[in-house]
Amino acid sequence: MGIPLNAYLLVGAILFSLGTLGVLIRRSVLVIFISVELMLQGVNLTFVAYSAFLEDMAGSMFAVISLTVAAAEAAVGLAILVALSRRVTEFYVDRLDSLKW
Amino acid sequence: MTDQLIAFTYLSIVATVAGVGTISLRSPVHCALSLVIVVFHVAGMFVLLGNGFLAAIQVIVYAGAIVVLFLFTMMLLDLRRHEQERTVHRRQIWLAIPIAILLFVEIGTIAVTKPEISEGIKGSFSPATISDLGGSAQALATVLFNEYLLPFEVASVLLLAAAVGAMVLARNPDEDALASVPDMIQDASGLADGDGGQEAESVEAPSAPSRDG
Repeated sequence: MGIPLNAYLLVGAILFSLGTLGVLIRRSVLVIFISVELMLQGVNLTFVAYSAFLEDMAGSMFAVISLTVAAAEAAVGLAILVALSRRVTEFYVDRLDSLKW
Repeated sequence: MTDQLIAFTYLSIVATVAGVGTISLRSPVHCALSLVIVVFHVAGMFVLLGNGFLAAIQVIVYAGAIVVLFLFTMMLLDLRRHEQERTVHRRQIWLAIPIAILLFVEIGTIAVTKPEISEGIKGSFSPATISDLGGSAQALATVLFNEYLLPFEVASVLLLAAAVGAMVLARNPDEDALASVPDMIQDASGLADGDGGQEAESVEAPSAPSRDG
């Protein structure tokens, strides 16, 4: 393989950090969910890169599991959002603070 | 070598730019579409790594299912009312950017300092073995249905639990869904054959004069 492992890991690190930044700075609940998916993209890329360079399928296996968890998380999270839409009309994390101490 | 380098450079640059777009665009719909671009280019990197099966799964599950779920939810929520609101925390951003940069420096240092891969720790799935098996799908199936069967089943139970949980959460609690099932069956049979529909009309018809009288 011509491309070194470091390059893939670096792209994974960039995607993960961008996702973290998105979770921390955005106000909309939906965009925070999308940023979490971006973090999972970086994680998946790291898993698959290590899987290819270690010549072991365990990394690909974990990527499949992480894909499953991402799908489950999106389904439950968006269902919570739909349930929430019956009570409130705006979806900003700094206003949805009834559970905040 | 150079072909791979060109492909990798293109994929990484577009994925990074689209990642910046995902967290910085105003409209949530644009953020979701930007995430689709990231997903496609990460899938391209999976192909470069010789894992075509996972690239296909990535496109089908992420771009085809998860992002469409996001877009459907946005359609249900009517977000246009709040388009004029600001999209970022003004006070939080000054702490959030250093934290994200610190995180990137930490992970990036680990990524750039050479992770040594000696021949001794390599597994048994070299590219030659994978092509002997018939491709990455066969190689993944070999471990998925033998070595990792239990995690695979646990993942399927997790998906089932998430599907049931999503239905329970999104159900409207004001109307009792179970109580309205007999009515729904009657409506459906009334629509199915003409007699049922006429019968429903004839039941409806006498009640109208009695209300007048």
